[in-house]
Amino acid sequence: MKYLCLVYMDPGKPSAIADSECMACGDGLRQNGQLIAAEALQSVDTATTVRVRNGKLSVTDGPFAETKEKLAGFYLIDANDLNDAIQVAAKIPPAREGSVEVRPVRQLRV
Amino acid sequence: MATTGSIEERLSELYFAESRRVLATLIRLLGDFDAAEEALHDAFRAALEQWPRDGVPASPRAWLVSAGRFKAIDAMRRRARFDPLDEIADEAALGVVDPAAWTEEESVEDDRLRLIFTCCHPALAPDAQVALTLREVCGLKTEEIARAFLTPAPTIAQRIVRAKGKIRDARIPYQVPSPAELPERLEAVLRVIYLVFNEGYAASSGTALMRHDLSAEAIRLGRLLVELLPQPEARGLLALMLLHESRRAARATSTGELVLLDDQDRSLWDRQQIAEGVRLVERALASRRFGAYSIQAAIAAVHAEASSVEATDWVEIVGLYDVLQRLDPSPVVELNRAVAVAMRDGPAAGVAIIDSILGRGDLGDYRPAHAARAELCRQLGNTAEARSSYTRALSLARQEPERRLLERRLAELSK
Repeated sequence: MKYLCLVYMDPGKPSAIADSECMACGDGLRQNGQLIAAEALQSVDTATTVRVRNGKLSVTDGPFAETKEKLAGFYLIDANDLNDAIQVAAKIPPAREGSVEVRPVRQLRV
Repeated sequence: MATTGSIEERLSELYFAESRRVLATLIRLLGDFDAAEEALHDAFRAALEQWPRDGVPASPRAWLVSAGRFKAIDAMRRRARFDPLDEIADEAALGVVDPAAWTEEESVEDDRLRLIFTCCHPALAPDAQVALTLREVCGLKTEEIARAFLTPAPTIAQRIVRAKGKIRDARIPYQVPSPAELPERLEAVLRVIYLVFNEGYAASSGTALMRHDLSAEAIRLGRLLVELLPQPEARGLLALMLLHESRRAARATSTGELVLLDDQDRSLWDRQQIAEGVRLVERALASRRFGAYSIQAAIAAVHAEASSVEATDWVEIVGLYDVLQRLDPSPVVELNRAVAVAMRDGPAAGVAIIDSILGRGDLGDYRPAHAARAELCRQLGNTAEARSSYTRALSLARQEPERRLLERRLAELSK
């Protein structure tokens, strides 16, 4: 069985967790054969929300903010830039009913 | 050989005429807004030192771009000595640059379009798009933008910093959109320009002078866009702004009281702006790829060409609103159409349409809907209905000149 572990942090509070500690955790899980993919994300300030309604693409700044919509899945994609990523996100079928939040992955600094 | 004094003058002229072009190219070459701004200032500082000694170069713009780029690479190298990680990133950023294409006329003009489309990227917050466009494309200072929008300078500065951060971290590309993306992306650029224009146009008291500059800035942006990307809707928007702007002198009395279109002294309208607006809107409409801005401009052109309210071609205006309603349906368009129908068929026909809009729950909090209804009821001699609609409009008015106009109308009812 595969499980998705979602990480939540308060962006307003300084974190005591070093990137090196996260890297070590990932390395350990990978050696145990328990890790499929893990990435850190850029701050929520870099988020873009993509929706498709009546075939028309809508792009807005910021994370998705609907309280009724809950996380339903994820795609980790490789794209040249944000425009490219938006085009991919727009093809994800639930973009037609819900929202797809596009957030760049952050390189761990170790 | 030129004297230092005249070189300083030449440089300040160059700064005014060329700094945005140089900046747009430096952003492409350096891949970073902040580095490009720093490089721009370093380049002008270097010119101030070297030109009095060596003379003004044959191509000042190319000189400034190349000096700015050199200074920026130098700064990156110096920083890289302290931070080995950045070195890798910077070398990668500079690696994508094709030195041959630096200052070719075509790519430089494209740089200005790249800058406009990047500043108006829909992944940036709308108010950040406006601030960033005025800062980077128009070269306004943060304090000037803050004054124009009646917003504290630190708030504007924060918006700009955040937008630049997102461009960098989310990797918003420095590109003119592909033909497939162009219609939607152009819409975003036009929206930003029109927002800047309206912010300047709507103001009619207090800081009116400064905010007028915002309309002029929007028209300048509109001209730049038409020059760089002559699309029908870009022409349509420029026409719309010019035709509205042509009425500025007639829109308010010397004491800042609002004058509605019907009561304006049409001899005060700017004939030159009208002529240019009409030419632009005719070209936009002839293309058959026009949109809502072109139609709105066509409506403004019909007004502009009429010598009085009575002489206005209301049949034509109603027809144009029908087209607009199909292109861009909204209750506000319906309301404007209702007013035109009232002019064509009499006030009762207009009231009937407005009542049907209000009756289905639209525009209940929209001041112009109640003000228009009040005006038409007054014309019908229905004082009670006129009074109640004026009172409702007054309760929704936010700007002082609007309030005073509605208070005058209410007072006139009692006479």
